[in-house]
Amino acid sequence: MSLPLALGPARPVPLSAVNPVAQLTAIVVVTVVLLVSGDLVTPAVLLAAELALLPAAGLTRPGDVLRRTWPLLLSAVGVAWVNVAFGSLSGADAWVSGATWGLRVVALSLPGILLVASTDPVRLADALTLHWRVPTRFAYGALAALRLVPLLAAEFETIRLARRARGVDAGASPVAHARLLASTSFALLVGAIRRGTRLATAMDARGFDSGTVRTNARGSQLRPQDTAFVVAVVLVCAAALTASVLTGHWDAALG
Amino acid sequence: MTAPAALRLAGWGFRHATREAWAVRDVDLTVAPGERVLLTGASGSGKSTLLRALGGLLDPEAGDPIGELTVDGAVPDRRRQRVGMVFQDPDSQLVMTRAGDDVAFGLENTGTPPALIWPAVDAALDAVGFDLGRDRATGALSGGQKQRLVLAGALAARPGLLLLDEPTAQLDPDGAAQVRTAVLRAVDARDATLVVVDHDVESWLPLVDRVVELLPGGGTVEHGRDWRPAPPRLPARQQHPPGEQLLATEGAGYTHRGSDAPGLLPTDVVLRAGRTLAVTGPNGTGKSTLALLLAGLRAPTTGRVTAGPALTTGLRRPERPPHRWRAGELVQRIGTVFQQPEHQFLTGRVRDELSLGAGDTARAEELMERLGLAALAEANPFTLSGGQQRRLSVATALATDPRVLVLDEPTFGQDRETWAELVALLAEQQDGDRALCLVTHDAGVVTALADDVLALGAAVAA
Repeated sequence: MSLPLALGPARPVPLSAVNPVAQLTAIVVVTVVLLVSGDLVTPAVLLAAELALLPAAGLTRPGDVLRRTWPLLLSAVGVAWVNVAFGSLSGADAWVSGATWGLRVVALSLPGILLVASTDPVRLADALTLHWRVPTRFAYGALAALRLVPLLAAEFETIRLARRARGVDAGASPVAHARLLASTSFALLVGAIRRGTRLATAMDARGFDSGTVRTNARGSQLRPQDTAFVVAVVLVCAAALTASVLTGHWDAALG
Repeated sequence: MTAPAALRLAGWGFRHATREAWAVRDVDLTVAPGERVLLTGASGSGKSTLLRALGGLLDPEAGDPIGELTVDGAVPDRRRQRVGMVFQDPDSQLVMTRAGDDVAFGLENTGTPPALIWPAVDAALDAVGFDLGRDRATGALSGGQKQRLVLAGALAARPGLLLLDEPTAQLDPDGAAQVRTAVLRAVDARDATLVVVDHDVESWLPLVDRVVELLPGGGTVEHGRDWRPAPPRLPARQQHPPGEQLLATEGAGYTHRGSDAPGLLPTDVVLRAGRTLAVTGPNGTGKSTLALLLAGLRAPTTGRVTAGPALTTGLRRPERPPHRWRAGELVQRIGTVFQQPEHQFLTGRVRDELSLGAGDTARAEELMERLGLAALAEANPFTLSGGQQRRLSVATALATDPRVLVLDEPTFGQDRETWAELVALLAEQQDGDRALCLVTHDAGVVTALADDVLALGAAVAA
């Protein structure tokens, strides 16, 4: 399976109407709530709310959802399994602990996936530089580097084939596989640095980071719907915590 | 609004900090406002260094300049806003995810008020004939479209000086023609001075007023519009009758994972000993994919690739198709040369690179001697020039003495000198035992080397 490398939605989706910094604020709120709660109910309620938002991020087909989330699901299963197998609890408690950890991992990461699926990285850079005063050198530099990531994936495949053409393959040995992967990755890194240098020169030639104050052609507006989105997320979090306390499951994870 | 820029170089030269030799020297050149100049010369004659200097992109700490170089009477550093530049590789020049945003990038950097940006973007897109709209994703464009977008980005700020550094070297003939047409359109009104660096003189001659050739030892020669470079010398070669069948595809096609349309339609080809097959056709018809199938590097998704008995002798499992051979077995039988030579280098020394494949050092020494690499035996392959790297990558494929040689765009981005060297080298490989398969856009290579031609494209689809 390929890595989820797509850069923003092909066409705007409903969630694209929410300013990226409002989405980031909501992510901070959700993250804090999940970090302080150690029970099963809080992440379950939040996860349900997040799943309800998937269609708004254009993720309606199960295949699309899986393509975006498979590394995350894999790590959630891993975390849950480690807790069941190696945790201090046994029996049903161990399974509850494992499920809690698995749900927390998914509920913590899914907002990030919603953001990436619904947001053109250019709008994200615009919002960060205009509203949060993130330095333009950093924001647009990172953006330019991000564009190169899908190219790297293609290049990795080419280098792998080129090595086979030179008579180098790993056969059945796992050690040889690891060494081949390391040397292929190194060749990829060398190529990436050279491409990065060329990109920096080209950006330099276009007056990037030349000391002039940069303007922004697109702008980035905060509107009432952005406030409404953050307020709604805060309310959902409050509802999740209330449900957890009322059902007697609440368990503070930190402090 | 801007006026075209005037350039003046007097006794100018530059030496990189880490080198003893001058990259370029003794250049005297005056370019009048609105003039169009092609700057040419062999690889390593300092064309790109000179162009970067004009663009104000040479870091003073990167080396020592000598002599005088001015743009509109001032050092280029102070004229940066008057200059638009386009480099070779479109993918390392685009910044934004959407076409219009990318053209706007340079205007934003110079602090243009947002209200003035979009009209300028639309004008620039129009000037290069880019009609796919501002919202088109940059990642989904062809090479020629990307490079026209890069050109639009350079033109958006209405530069008085347009500098192009081999802008078509990485494009197929269609894309290259699109870019040249866009350049012609953009400078038609002569409101910008144009300097193009390229070794493809013939293609640019109709667009420029004069040609300036940089000489490898320093200094320049001027040529007028009616000048034609000497035609390349083609190697004498011997025709061989078709020998035994070494490799064949039977209805072999390939569809990329997750893609609906096939990358290569089912294709039949036969490679015979003593013959050279050229595979041609526009981008997107699957030429390189066919090369990978023949080279035993990819499995066809339909049809099959079969190797003749002459090739399968000695295999542990001779009934298997080439893509299932072990790498060690493959490299003894089919040699492959990739488009980018550096992808194939595995060691830190030219000598090691060759003895790795040859097994014995005597053959490695012989190859280095024959391919003019002996003096570079201790050099790191990654530090060689483009032409030297190309020769080395062909040498590594020859080191194991394979019966079949598959080459993907072997002459891509080579200057005239290395082109001729490479064609001569490949002609030497056309003995009665070996089959060659060349995937190429280069009509010159086809004329010089091919016995048979397979043109991929609509004909295959029908």
